[in-house]
Amino acid sequence: MFDNPDVVLHCEKIDKIYPGTKALDGVSFDLLKGKVNVLIGENGAGKSTLMKMIAGIEQPSAGKMYMDGEEVFFKDTNAARAKGIGIIHQELSLFPNLTVYQNIFMGHEKKRGLFLNDKEHVKGAQKVLKRLEHEIPPDTMVGDLRVGQQQMVEIARNLIQDDLRVLIMDEPTSSLSAAEVQVLFKIMRELLADGLSIVYISHRLEEIMEIGDHVTVLRDGKYVADADIKDIELSWIVENMVGKNTQYHRFERSIDLDKAEKVLEINHLSLPKKGGGWLLDDVSMYLKKGEVLGIYGLLGAGRSELFECLMGLHPEHTGEIIFKGQKMNVKDVSGQIKNGFALVPEDRQSQGLIQTLDIGKNTSIASLESYRKGIFLNEKAEGEAVDGQIKDIHIKVADKALPILSLSGGNQQKVVIGKGLLTHPEVFLMDEPSRGIDIGAKTEVFEIIHDFSERGLSIIVISSELKEIMSIADRIYVLSNGKCTGELSGDQITEDTLVRASYAGLGTGAGA
Amino acid sequence: MKKNNSNQILMTILKGRTFIVLILLVIFFSVVKDNFLSAATLTMIAKHVALYGILALGMTFVIITGGIDLSVGSVVGLIGMLAGGLIQEGFTVSFAGVTLYFSVPMIVVLMLLAGCIIGAVNGLIVTKLGVAPFIATLGTMYIGRGLANLRSGGATFAQISGYEGLGNTGFKVLGSNIAGIPAGVYIFAALAVISYILLKKMSFGWHVLAVGGNEKSARLSGIKTDRIKILVYMISGFCAAWVGMINTAQLSSAHPKSGDGWEMNAIAATVLGGTSMAGGSGTILGTVVGAFVIGVINDGMTMCGVSEFWQSVIRGIVIILAVVIDQTQRNLQAKMALQARNENK
Repeated sequence: MFDNPDVVLHCEKIDKIYPGTKALDGVSFDLLKGKVNVLIGENGAGKSTLMKMIAGIEQPSAGKMYMDGEEVFFKDTNAARAKGIGIIHQELSLFPNLTVYQNIFMGHEKKRGLFLNDKEHVKGAQKVLKRLEHEIPPDTMVGDLRVGQQQMVEIARNLIQDDLRVLIMDEPTSSLSAAEVQVLFKIMRELLADGLSIVYISHRLEEIMEIGDHVTVLRDGKYVADADIKDIELSWIVENMVGKNTQYHRFERSIDLDKAEKVLEINHLSLPKKGGGWLLDDVSMYLKKGEVLGIYGLLGAGRSELFECLMGLHPEHTGEIIFKGQKMNVKDVSGQIKNGFALVPEDRQSQGLIQTLDIGKNTSIASLESYRKGIFLNEKAEGEAVDGQIKDIHIKVADKALPILSLSGGNQQKVVIGKGLLTHPEVFLMDEPSRGIDIGAKTEVFEIIHDFSERGLSIIVISSELKEIMSIADRIYVLSNGKCTGELSGDQITEDTLVRASYAGLGTGAGA
Repeated sequence: MKKNNSNQILMTILKGRTFIVLILLVIFFSVVKDNFLSAATLTMIAKHVALYGILALGMTFVIITGGIDLSVGSVVGLIGMLAGGLIQEGFTVSFAGVTLYFSVPMIVVLMLLAGCIIGAVNGLIVTKLGVAPFIATLGTMYIGRGLANLRSGGATFAQISGYEGLGNTGFKVLGSNIAGIPAGVYIFAALAVISYILLKKMSFGWHVLAVGGNEKSARLSGIKTDRIKILVYMISGFCAAWVGMINTAQLSSAHPKSGDGWEMNAIAATVLGGTSMAGGSGTILGTVVGAFVIGVINDGMTMCGVSEFWQSVIRGIVIILAVVIDQTQRNLQAKMALQARNENK
């Protein structure tokens, strides 16, 4: 029996078997009382799965859990909640069709007799939102909120629980701004002071070093190591996560970019914001043949909008785009694909993939035109092209007829990249190509980028991760509040200069 | 700022559009047909509206969860046949060789129970067998119609009045006027109030909206989503059972083809009332007004001598227009939310 007063919840040799895979393999885990317990590991390491067991969303195939010295079994989320365990899910699990206060109290409605007590709902919602420093009117529809605000509502849902003892936060900061992250950290410290225990999952290592107390590393469904944060360095975490000491290395270029011609020139590009102000404000830049150009900036700096303009999604933009020495008339997306532009969008699930189609079809969907024989599809040519692409960029698939969602995040991303490459672009736009994939897959994506740039493809990469962009880009433009606030190359590229430039556009008549 | 105000006015108009349409329809028909606004006409319309309206109340719950119930028209026919049969022929227990006759209140309770059971079957097929609601209720629609015909071999139970000596008279109360108003209208009003409270004032309503809005999140919030879905189909069956009895009482006879196609009127009233077919939103008040719009159009056109064929065409246009306007409202709402957000910045 486990009766350690410093441990709120103890997991003993938990197994979780899904058809075909063992997601958790004999994992034991102590959830320390009054601490921020960090769980870390690459995608697919089993962090979220372990948390689903603790929150009662799924049940272990084998193994036991103990709380207060007694064995517990959570057959559903209600059972876990009764023990004071709350979870903030990785994907937002809100109701866009309902109000803020309905979302906050859903499943724990306050009642007077048989009837709902909306007055108390509104008051409770106001109170908890004030605490979160986000005083959103409680009767606002959640679907009308920004993603960051929705994340706060998601957090608020858990805080209204009086007897909350354990709060599991699965990547809560993925859609928060830097200021919002700081508010969240403040709340977390307050909750700790109240005796609450927190489990924190994040891919942002800097955050973990700032807020974490104790870290547990998982790899391939197994426990690897655990330590107090104060005793370790970032490299310890990375080392244990990937199993070997990998740092992003800078890629060596064999092309002399100084002599390369300019493929693309953007002059005075501006894009108005609905309701006043600018999403892009007089942006000028150029791209050389075979160059990997980085675009760095904070959320909302106008990075994705720049790509959208280039792909023809915003015909209302002003300024000129010169492609291979000729002024371009950017009309629509299919026109731009024909012109030799391809985009890897930021949101893989909603913009990059068609979930109902198989791997092969997802790869060929953008270039189907080129496998036509009369009005029919030449399936042989299509299949060969897909096979070639899968081989070329090393997508790990057993069979291209499998559903796209059977792949890991990293391989899904490679399918999206492969789809773009199959259109044989001359300018390849990649919006956060490494988002939500593990370090191993990231490195492979970077190798693809490097490889294709060496073959003469001109690539623009958006990234909000400093280390990544510094490793991959030959030259970097920094966007801030719609303005281009820096152009850096070679030795000028340092974390310091990038960060400074990314704030430079703020506070000068910002917003509208 | 000025633009904002005009948006707001447009918004108010759009939100109350079904009601405005209803008033315009009433004005239109009362100008075209001078005896339209008479007590007799209004009573007749109310009598018809009650039938569609009650079906639409149940339909509203189902559609909010993202489902649909095509079986209600058949349930109307089947319940009518069961009720008529019980009154006229009783229930024969063959092995005992006796025939039981139930009192009218007993029959009402039994029929409502039967409606709930049919609804529960729909709900179980949808949740436990994982059949899409459209297909599941299409199936039970055919089964229900078949059973209604089988009950009498396709024949009608005519002049259902019960037998003085057996003490099962009085069923016709459901079809007669009380203080000048059809009994069905009272039942419609009572069911509408109960539905409003269920949807707006009780946890059940939140859970119904949650299931329609995001089923997975609802489950993670500890809501028993399968139970909610089964319950909404039971409500729909319950409502259809009322309509089956009222209709039979109004006609004093039960015909196996009764209620044929009424599910479409119920869906139309629900959608006109602003319930989204995608699930997640809808109001009882909207559905009630929607039912009146359908009723006024139907009866108004009949009174004006519009042919049945043209009536069908016009009903179709009205429904499509309603959905188009609904989408316009949503777009406008999104635009205004965006504007408000930008101003807050």
